[in-house]
Amino acid sequence: MSHPCVVTLNSRSAPRTLFSGEQLVEVDLPTGTRVIYPKPPIVALKDVDAAIRYAIHHPHNSAPLYARLRPGMKVTIAIDDISLPLPQMKRPDIRERVLTIVLALLADHGVDDIELIIATSVHRRMKGFEVRHAVGDRIFNRYWPDKLYNHDAEDKDNMVLLGTTEEGEEVEINRRAAESDLVIYVNLNLVPMDGGHKSVAVGLCGYRSLRAHHNPSTMRNCHSYMNPATSALARSVDRMGRLVNQKLNVFTIETVLNNRMFDRPLEFLAKNEDDLSATEKTALRALRFTLDKLPQPARQAIFQRVPSPFGVIAVNAGETEAAHEKTLEKNFEQYCVPITGQADILVSGIPYISPYNVNSFLNPLLVQVMANGYLFNLYKGAPMVKKGGTMIVMHPCTDLFDNEHHAPYIEFVHRLLPETRDALELHQRFEKKFANNAAYIEMYRKGHAYHPTHPFFMWYWGEAGRQHLGRMIVVGADNEYIPKLLGWETARTMDEALRMAKLTAPANPDITCLHYPPIGMADVTA
Amino acid sequence: MPASYFDVDGTLVSTNLIPPTLYYLLNQPTPLHVAKKLGKALLKAPMMVWAELQDRRLFNEALFTVLEGTSEDRLVTLAEDVFERVLKPAIYPGAKDLVATSLDKGHEVVLVSGALDVVMQHFARYLGATGVIANRLEIHDRYATGKLLRPVVAGPNKALLVRDHARAAGHDLDECFAYSDSYSDVPMLSIVGYPVAVNADRRLRMLASAYHWPIIDLARAA
Repeated sequence: MSHPCVVTLNSRSAPRTLFSGEQLVEVDLPTGTRVIYPKPPIVALKDVDAAIRYAIHHPHNSAPLYARLRPGMKVTIAIDDISLPLPQMKRPDIRERVLTIVLALLADHGVDDIELIIATSVHRRMKGFEVRHAVGDRIFNRYWPDKLYNHDAEDKDNMVLLGTTEEGEEVEINRRAAESDLVIYVNLNLVPMDGGHKSVAVGLCGYRSLRAHHNPSTMRNCHSYMNPATSALARSVDRMGRLVNQKLNVFTIETVLNNRMFDRPLEFLAKNEDDLSATEKTALRALRFTLDKLPQPARQAIFQRVPSPFGVIAVNAGETEAAHEKTLEKNFEQYCVPITGQADILVSGIPYISPYNVNSFLNPLLVQVMANGYLFNLYKGAPMVKKGGTMIVMHPCTDLFDNEHHAPYIEFVHRLLPETRDALELHQRFEKKFANNAAYIEMYRKGHAYHPTHPFFMWYWGEAGRQHLGRMIVVGADNEYIPKLLGWETARTMDEALRMAKLTAPANPDITCLHYPPIGMADVTA
Repeated sequence: MPASYFDVDGTLVSTNLIPPTLYYLLNQPTPLHVAKKLGKALLKAPMMVWAELQDRRLFNEALFTVLEGTSEDRLVTLAEDVFERVLKPAIYPGAKDLVATSLDKGHEVVLVSGALDVVMQHFARYLGATGVIANRLEIHDRYATGKLLRPVVAGPNKALLVRDHARAAGHDLDECFAYSDSYSDVPMLSIVGYPVAVNADRRLRMLASAYHWPIIDLARAA
């Protein structure tokens, strides 16, 4: 018997409603299509503050935090950046709650040499209002901008090489953290690829370290990167993180969120369309109509500016690996839907948001990373689709970029992709040149742009999907050339896409639809 | 090795050509000389306004005529003061970092400015820049004639000068960067592979957005 979150469509099934950017589109999927819905949100902890206190006083494989403090010590607190959670959570953000308790504990123990670093790695710098949302008014007013600031991976004087792993990976991290008596990492774990050693070893590193694993060959060996046990990326990061923990005194605090992305009025978006009440059906029709009539910036504002009511379902603290093991258990419990058998054709909508376009537009390169990267990788076990199978996604693929956040992306898409889509060739011929682009580096350091190497990483993050999939068909693209640059085929409707996909699929193909968002993962037995 | 060509006024510093020239005018041997020079400059002001509206090159030529009769050694001696007192306080936060990053990435850094070369040499030394393309006053019998030597560094001429410099230094222009704040420098920006709009004026910002050139605000950089 299949899991309650797996629905097999029959002739009486209602059309499915999928995201296509900020639009909602109704599609009729064939009878027999298996639709994977996200699991219902795990009930949130009633007293989050108590859970935080309990976690730091009863850590995994570590002395309690208070026992690791001494007056006058130098402490660096690093926190996750704007890429988590998606969208931003309602205030108080869990980072604010953890920081409030930790800072009070530090004050009680006479620790006043404290700096808070936003672990951006090569992501864009967070703006003041974004930091305020994450840490709260009191902490923001007290520490920003001198003692609470964004990590700068291009500030050579403030980066220090800790050493090299047995595999030759160079571990270079933020000097303030490296020279602290204690580093406390406040993590927010939304998906299983977050957290663990990735927090310090990636969040506080720079290009010199990232290139060890953010490259085509490592990314090809992630099956998937949502399952650390079978991810070459996670293995590399773990090696580097262990080296960090040998050299530094690290205390990890990990928090796990449920998948309650939509608040009550929009909760029906996560439901089986056959189970919608009359009111919900009316609300869905009204929402679709409204989104259809609104201009794109207004649609973006509706979805991105309204924070989500995520609930905290676990807090784990202590030694990095021990705490993370508990975190992963909870992540998988929230997300994994067991299914048997891989599909010939995988269908999914691509929504408006990714970790890299908070408060900006999901540009074509990010659409690519959503499809070939995140959606394809939302599995444990075997991929949802068979090797050489077809993936059908829905998105307008509009040729629009945010000049402030994604300046290097534009050159990557319009100057490099016309030359080659081969990740290895892009890596070898162009990555170093971008890494040395002084203008882009300035935009990363002093503006709010992603690092010039980030568009390359986004392409590599789609590499496992590209290697596995036979075809990618996009439905509803508003132009032909962007999908062509990405190596995708286009179809005007889902029916047309399915007809195209069936041409290269076996007779009576198995079709699976991943109903996303909210986030769900498939635990696939081939 | 690529090169990075930086416009100066408005790009790396918030000032323009007028304050340095005024500094020279106000530092004459006697107050009488100062009064005479300022008087002449004021008489020429309407012509300069007209020239600026016509062509940046004409403006540069008109502006520097007020230095006619200034001795060469005074021009050179005061250049350091002009840099220290006029240019240095006006350097944008982030300008030095941007140049330093270019140098760090192995670029030759060349300042391209309509200002006088004697002043730009000091600025180049301060930034660590390796080259200067700037205007030079004609000197006759150790006194400035008030005329600029050709080619005048302004507008489209900057593109020609950058092209000549790159050719002579063996740089591939496709690999070079150019930075400017002004729409009048579009020719210079257009000949390199990596044009960058810095503190861009309205017209340049629109053009840069349309062509997806990077846009940097050094004035706001902290």
